[in-house]
Amino acid sequence: MKVVIDAERCQGHGRCFSLAPGIFEFDDLGNGVVIGDGTLTDETIELARLAQSNCPEHAISIEESA
Amino acid sequence: MTIKPPVEDFATDWDHTDERWVQDPYPIWEDLRSRCPVAHTDRYGGGWFPATHAGVSAVANDTENFTSRTVVIGNGRPEEDALPAPIGVAPPITSDPPFHQIARRLILPAFAPGPVNALEPRIRELCVGLLDQMKGQEVVNGGMDYAQYIPAAVISRMLGFPEKDDDIFREFVHIVLEGVDHPREERIEEFAPIEEYFTAQIQDHQERPRDDLTSYLLNVEVGGEKLAIEHVFGTMLLVLVAGIDTTWSAIGASLLHLATHPDDLERLVNEPELMPFAIEEFLRFYAPVTMARLVKHDMDYLGVPMKEYDWILLGFPAANRDPAVFKDADKFIIDRLENRHLAFGLGIHRCAGSNLARLELRVAIEEFIKRYPRFEVADRRAVTFAQGQVRGPRNLPFRVLA
Ligand code: HEM
Ligand code: SF4
Repeated sequence: MKVVIDAERCQGHGRCFSLAPGIFEFDDLGNGVVIGDGTLTDETIELARLAQSNCPEHAISIEESA
Repeated sequence: MTIKPPVEDFATDWDHTDERWVQDPYPIWEDLRSRCPVAHTDRYGGGWFPATHAGVSAVANDTENFTSRTVVIGNGRPEEDALPAPIGVAPPITSDPPFHQIARRLILPAFAPGPVNALEPRIRELCVGLLDQMKGQEVVNGGMDYAQYIPAAVISRMLGFPEKDDDIFREFVHIVLEGVDHPREERIEEFAPIEEYFTAQIQDHQERPRDDLTSYLLNVEVGGEKLAIEHVFGTMLLVLVAGIDTTWSAIGASLLHLATHPDDLERLVNEPELMPFAIEEFLRFYAPVTMARLVKHDMDYLGVPMKEYDWILLGFPAANRDPAVFKDADKFIIDRLENRHLAFGLGIHRCAGSNLARLELRVAIEEFIKRYPRFEVADRRAVTFAQGQVRGPRNLPFRVLA
């Protein structure tokens, strides 16, 4: 499973990297970026879902099959 | 000031400066949501107010049909404004694409989490200092003596203005935001001291560049060219205005909630790990900011006939209470886990200062409840709210409890 941020939609609300700093970080403009390739483990999946459900722009998606 | 008749029906004649709206807008919005999701008014030359999350999101994300040329509703007709779109008077908030992105990118690095988080110790020191000044008082003013000073001091330091001028700034903020219904000629006159002060500061920074936002704006280059002075001026004005009343309102509303909800106060004191969720819930429930757009051309939109130059008031605070999106929307839930609130707006104009605002809000509350783990409102009638598009408590007399 993988988490992705749609850079077109992300407006830098910062909810993802505040809630789940192990999964997301921010760039120079303060937009959210996925750390590494975004692969999720049993330990990180719930946090990724929490971030997803707090992104006001609906910019975060979790690809179940990846 | 012109005397306006009180509103009888907000669905057909809304006015965000009406006393009922200023005191308690939530029942009004709930009523509008159930009756007519998009309310109309003939005031201010005509305008609409979408009361639902869907309506607010649609307009906020649509820069084709709506312009940000003026975001504060007033009586003056927008076509009279000196600097039209795409730049506008206060870039990037009054800018439209494609210029908006240029103006926004310029300031984002200064407000990104890196530089902002570095301010935490200074903000904490400031809060502790303000609390020290209240020492020994049985009734402290959490609004005028605390919430108000924090953002003003932070922004003026960021811009590189001298500390002794902090009182002057607060006056500027009132001039800009609370005189919305003053006649145009009066407005120009009211703005004169701001223009004078900023011009002097810009000149001073040109002669003696420093490591602050004003110098940054004066020196930054876009496509090999420095910014026009009007652009520098507009952006300085914007961060001053956008950063003070808003954050003051958010801090004040959060403290007022804690003063009136002892269970939540006790939980927050005892379970500091709730803080990140509490902050977002404060922002959702008491979102202080509504912003305006102008309709670009006649059209049917959200099921209503909009006319060119009609106002749209974007009720982010109303969207945040929409039960279609938030479970138990009308309940304050201090540990709400899912919270896609719109307190900082949505889309390309997302509040550029949101990282700073969240930091100030968190530190201000942390330090206040550390000093006063129990407090209540001393005199309910003395609690006053600001009128205008930034709504929040101003005067907050709190009795400190043992
Ligand atoms: C709790 C405090 C705050 C709230 C609720 C708030 C809310 C908002 C909202 C709703 C917008 C969107 C405007 C629109 O769509 O037209 C906005 C934009 C903006 N805010 Fe804030 N704000 C706060 C604090 C701050 C602070 C502290 C600063 C800076 C020091 C700031 C700077 C800005 C700027 C520059 C924009 C324009 C962004 C753009 O147009 O791209 N705000 N704010
Ligand atoms: S929460 Fe959403 S909009 Fe905000 S930084 Fe993360 S991905 Fe971007």
